[in-house]
Amino acid sequence: MTEGTSKKFMFVNRTAPYGTVYALESLEVVLISAAFDQDVSLAFIDDGVYQLKKGQQTKGIETKNFSPTYRALEGYDVEKLYVERESLAARGLTEADLIVDVTVLGSRELGQLIEEQDAIFSF
Amino acid sequence: MLHIINKSPLERNSLDACLRIAEPGTILLIEDAVYAATRGTATETRVREALARFKICALLPDLEARAVADRVIDGVTTVDYSGFVDLVAENRSCQSWL
Repeated sequence: MTEGTSKKFMFVNRTAPYGTVYALESLEVVLISAAFDQDVSLAFIDDGVYQLKKGQQTKGIETKNFSPTYRALEGYDVEKLYVERESLAARGLTEADLIVDVTVLGSRELGQLIEEQDAIFSF
Repeated sequence: MLHIINKSPLERNSLDACLRIAEPGTILLIEDAVYAATRGTATETRVREALARFKICALLPDLEARAVADRVIDGVTTVDYSGFVDLVAENRSCQSWL
């Protein structure tokens, strides 16, 4: 791909994993976007922060545990993961509860980051 | 930028999340989110306060379908489908708060 065709893509995740298919579908599109050399970032807001909770055990619900995939994202040069501080706090979580290194941002900073994007994908 | 909301503010937190995070800009309420544009709901105060930071629009066909077009909050602009298209065209980007 030639220089200059890369756009800023942000994937905004606001749903918990497993209850609906949104979280898994988001990951699929993230990986596709990364394969096309886009400037990809992920934001986790509201129940979306539960996607990153450490220690998911899905054997009992006979569903694939896709949470290890978040750790593999850096292998695809997807390294910008943002979590909203207010959403973490509202769920009694801290950065130490998350499966992967993230940047924790306040609502205001996250809003500014969203404003800078060329395209926003909501899940 | 344009923020599109399509869920009732009384059932889901999409409106609250948008108001908490979004930078000042335009909000378009469609489908069940048009209830947020109406007087007398538990969310009216939040919407009135948001009018200081956002231009708030609501899709008229969705208001009419739900029989609430006669109770739109002062300051909220109603738009038709071509107005919806204009909003998308005049903003650099848009985000759907599902």
